[in-house]
Amino acid sequence: MRLLRRIGFWLALGLFAIFSIFPAAWMVITSFKQDQDLYNVANNPFKYNLAPTLHNISFLFTGTHYPIFLWNSFYIGVIVVIITLLLSLPAAYSLSRLVGRWGERSGMAIFLVYLIPPTLLFIPLYQIVTFLKTANTDWSLVLVYPTITVPFCTWLLLGFFKSMPRELEEAALIDGCSRWQTFLRVALPLSLPGIATCVVFAFALSLSDYIYAAVFVSSTASRTVSAGVPTELIRGDIYYWQSLMAAAAIVAIPLAVAYGLLFDRLVKGFQNEPAGEKAG
Amino acid sequence: MARTEAAVRVGIGDREGLLGTLMLAPALVYIAALVGLPFCLAIALSLSSATIGNPGIHHFVGLANFASVLHESAFPLALRNSVIVTAATLIVTLVLATAESELLARDFRGKWFWQILIILPWAMPVSLAAVNWLWLLDSEFSPIDWILRQIHLLGPGTIWGPANHLYYYGREWLGLGSIVAINVWRLLPLATIIVLAGRTSIPRDIFEQAEVDGAGFFRVLFRITVPALLPILVVAAMFTALLVFGDMTVVAITTRGGPGYATQLLPYWAYLKGIEGGALSEGAAIALFMFPILLAVALLALRMVYRAESR
Repeated sequence: MRLLRRIGFWLALGLFAIFSIFPAAWMVITSFKQDQDLYNVANNPFKYNLAPTLHNISFLFTGTHYPIFLWNSFYIGVIVVIITLLLSLPAAYSLSRLVGRWGERSGMAIFLVYLIPPTLLFIPLYQIVTFLKTANTDWSLVLVYPTITVPFCTWLLLGFFKSMPRELEEAALIDGCSRWQTFLRVALPLSLPGIATCVVFAFALSLSDYIYAAVFVSSTASRTVSAGVPTELIRGDIYYWQSLMAAAAIVAIPLAVAYGLLFDRLVKGFQNEPAGEKAG
Repeated sequence: MARTEAAVRVGIGDREGLLGTLMLAPALVYIAALVGLPFCLAIALSLSSATIGNPGIHHFVGLANFASVLHESAFPLALRNSVIVTAATLIVTLVLATAESELLARDFRGKWFWQILIILPWAMPVSLAAVNWLWLLDSEFSPIDWILRQIHLLGPGTIWGPANHLYYYGREWLGLGSIVAINVWRLLPLATIIVLAGRTSIPRDIFEQAEVDGAGFFRVLFRITVPALLPILVVAAMFTALLVFGDMTVVAITTRGGPGYATQLLPYWAYLKGIEGGALSEGAAIALFMFPILLAVALLALRMVYRAESR
């Protein structure tokens, strides 16, 4: 019975893992294939019928704007993370400690803001971005991405602050710290796990946006990975499949490792959320 | 402890409220300017006759945009498809996430490695995930078609034959099914993480007691785990529903709404009308059709959470 359970456990885990990585495995196999090997229906697609090649990857870095897309995505992501933390950390702390009962109850109101999807806002935002003369530049994305990240991170941090014991902060206040100093020196260091979760989420959300990047930015040099790769490597009817797959794998695999190692922390990030309200 | 709290309240007094407002203000102003204002603009746009060439909102046409959008043959299809895709993704994702979190709630050897494998789809930006699946389900070179041919389910003289390919994105239901599969694939890691957060906060002694009482695996699952998970499942459902219903990336890269309008979804149709077609006002009107549905789902979900909590 115990053995049966173990087999069932590993079988189920294996199936989930296969479901998860099968498309990505196909992606990696494709990246190294030669054209004559790939575009032959009679070939076994899972093995190299001709010698694997690095040509597609070198084409990606020398023949396309991919390095620029990577850089754009990276620095936009970093700026968005910084803006998000600057806006949502004080807001979440204020809601959880300073503005009274209604602040503590406002978690769901913030969540409702997050529920308004980009597809509802992108047309008027396009007009605003044009009006501010930032259309077609990266700054339009830096300006707009926090609309996605700020409500989400505020909500996440609100739960985190609410679950933090108040005693330490009260001790600091009695010792003569001002509220602001208490926030900086006591509350922020204690909330590092929550902040880490926010950094990961904010970066992930800004990286994976497609709609704003595709609508606001049309010049190739300012595009992000999300919007740039599909437009640059799909030219009319011509698909550069191997390079497309390599472009996706190069972004996805390092991120998957990073997220995977943060897995338990991400789980904790959600633990103080509505289910936690019930417990507390 | 009560005395110290009282002392703090008196000592800091009014400044707390002021500081609180100051700390809240930047986020509130930002949200008002870039979520609140655009939302109002979206409503104004949908009542105007603005186009990309002439984007000013001076000329109001009342509900004409809504009326003209409602009369298009694409509308009922896009609405139907959006609802079907969201509902199907939601159900499959929640069932799989519950099962997966049941596995990951245990401690086992090399867990970190499995966590990396399982989180991978979510690490991929949506558009690249869609490109990945576009190639995986290619009309000619899909490796899944190849596997199906090897096990004689596809090809001349087989049950799914006689064609050698399934043409996933070229058929109505197969196209919708593919969109659901992609969405389940990319959202399962997030849903699992959320459910797992709820799963690991269920006290362990409940499970130990159940085992002592001789309850089997499935009995424990349906009698203890799932009821205890209900509030967090609602949260996971809200996330999944929002991310699927509001997404246009997957359909924009894979089926592009075709064949005809058979796999069209509301957000992508709004994009085609508003940006590609230049009719900003009609695009805004289509996008606004999504709002009441989202609001209804959110309110329903919130009521369920509160009911579960007050139990």
